[in-house]
Amino acid sequence: MFNALRKGFGLTAKTMFRPAVTTEYPDVKRQVQPRFHGRHVLNRYPDGLEKCIGCELCAWACPADAIWVEGADNTPGARYSPGERYGAIYQINYLRCIFCGLCIEACPTRSLTMTHEYELSADRREDLIFTKDQLLAPLPEGAKPPPHTDEEVRARGITYYPGAQSQDPLATKEHSEETAAHRAMLDPALMQLSDVEYNHVERDRNIWTEYEEPQGELSDSEEGS
Amino acid sequence: MDLTDVLIALLVVLAGFGLWLTGTALTIWGERRVVAKMQTRIGPNRVGPLGILQTLADGIKLFFKEDITPEAADKFTYYVAPMLSAVVAMLTFAVIPFGGTFEVGDREVTMQIWDPEIGLLWVLAMSSLSVYGIALGGWASGSKYPLLGGVRSSAQMISYELAMGLGLAAVFIWTGTLQVSEIVEAQSGTFFGFLPAWNIGPQIFAFVLFFVAAVAETQRPPFDLPEAEGELVAGFVTEYSGAKFAMFFLGEFMQMVTMSAVTVTVFFGGPNGPLFGLEGTLLGALLAHFYFLIKTVAFVFVFIWLRGTLPRFTYNRLMDLGWKVFLPLGLLWVMLTAAIVVAQETLAQDELLFGIGVVLAVLIALLLVSMLFERRGPEPEDEDAEPTDQSALPSAAETAREAAERRGAKQIEVDV
Repeated sequence: MFNALRKGFGLTAKTMFRPAVTTEYPDVKRQVQPRFHGRHVLNRYPDGLEKCIGCELCAWACPADAIWVEGADNTPGARYSPGERYGAIYQINYLRCIFCGLCIEACPTRSLTMTHEYELSADRREDLIFTKDQLLAPLPEGAKPPPHTDEEVRARGITYYPGAQSQDPLATKEHSEETAAHRAMLDPALMQLSDVEYNHVERDRNIWTEYEEPQGELSDSEEGS
Repeated sequence: MDLTDVLIALLVVLAGFGLWLTGTALTIWGERRVVAKMQTRIGPNRVGPLGILQTLADGIKLFFKEDITPEAADKFTYYVAPMLSAVVAMLTFAVIPFGGTFEVGDREVTMQIWDPEIGLLWVLAMSSLSVYGIALGGWASGSKYPLLGGVRSSAQMISYELAMGLGLAAVFIWTGTLQVSEIVEAQSGTFFGFLPAWNIGPQIFAFVLFFVAAVAETQRPPFDLPEAEGELVAGFVTEYSGAKFAMFFLGEFMQMVTMSAVTVTVFFGGPNGPLFGLEGTLLGALLAHFYFLIKTVAFVFVFIWLRGTLPRFTYNRLMDLGWKVFLPLGLLWVMLTAAIVVAQETLAQDELLFGIGVVLAVLIALLLVSMLFERRGPEPEDEDAEPTDQSALPSAAETAREAAERRGAKQIEVDV
């Protein structure tokens, strides 16, 4: 009996001198995992044009029907995104969103991605339907807010959408030099990288194309059945 | 008795009341902090440095909560019951000396509100009155659940009051007085020149008895069955809300402080301690007060430690412990104490030593015999005492296995 008492009371006495594990949440925020699914963001090109082309693939991919997109045509005088169309209306209903990430996988231009912001609460239900102006990324430094005119855009001479699919894995030196200016526009930090490294970065950005089936788990489940 | 006497008495009462009230407030905060530490949490830390004003915030919150009085309640009793709980705990504190004695002019002031000759009987009387708060609260709510909860709680408190009374009775017999100041006086000095001559030494068993009973009496964990969240939806306080609910729990915390003070006074020498030649001065009185506070805080900590460590008892175990263990053992101890006191007063020293020798010899013989029996295997009483876990489950497993064999099935391994 005395041993049990010593163990029990000793445990609580010892625990008193251990540091607390509490996270003081509103004051101190914990770092989330890199691939954490938080609030969405609609990205822009470095010159301020929107990446969203209003294709509605995200809305189609959404299992919870939380996304509403309506596309509209770009005109020569008012261009919001490269290409024919742009997302005129873009809404995500966070009352329905399950943060599964299927929308960001469906997005062909990497326009829709997810941030690490998870503090999504509101007093009214309407406040949880985020509209395009809330979702759009802030303008890059020095960029002009859309709409731009086609003349301005042509003068920049940028090839928009350099996704992993558009990159030639066996790119020659000349080719890579050709795209170097474009890389600088995307992110100055990428200029410092060699071609191989740059392709790695692009590959990491596009998670889906490089996704591999986990082998071990599959064979385990087969054994079980 | 002139005006100065009245003033001095008033000041002493104020000092005692203030000490005890701030003590209670700090206890509520301290409990939350300490239990949090024991669970590797932080605890209250928003209001004031280290959250020390948390009790104030809690109190303000509770007083502004919606106050509901049930239609069926007996209004007068319903309002009086929570006050009774709190006031009774306060009254007990009146007989506790919480500091030393000092001289003002030609008057001697003792830091004790009241020192009646019935002393500790007052403590017992007041702690039994606290049952009324609970029983009346349960009854006056005009609902069945609180009534059941109240009955349960009063049954618990009465069972432990007997053990508590026996623990104190042993001390009465040992010191030969009921007056608190004399009990404290009897504990000054030392044993063998270095151990403080507190009652905890000779009366260790009475202390254990008294302290466990005090925990049960104050409805503190692990004996916090009156709350009964699981079974009775908060027991006797089901129909109480806001400030009246707070009064009940204030009463509980006040009792905790008071019971710690009583334990310190009766078993740990109260405000006794080395005074370094400051006897009779104000500084000496403050030093004594400091000793008293240290000891009391230590016991409040033990109360909290119990809460942080032990799970809640079930009701049947609680009752068994009170009636079947503490009551007989308490009676035995009182008898033994009485026998020792009578022997000390009547017998000569060599006779006394011979008697002690005989008792020790008998005890050692009993111990040897019990060890011999233990080696031969488990005693049959053990199986009777605990028919729940060890004996019941393997037999269940066996019957399952037999049944499986009868059906011709493969032998099933039963996880016990």
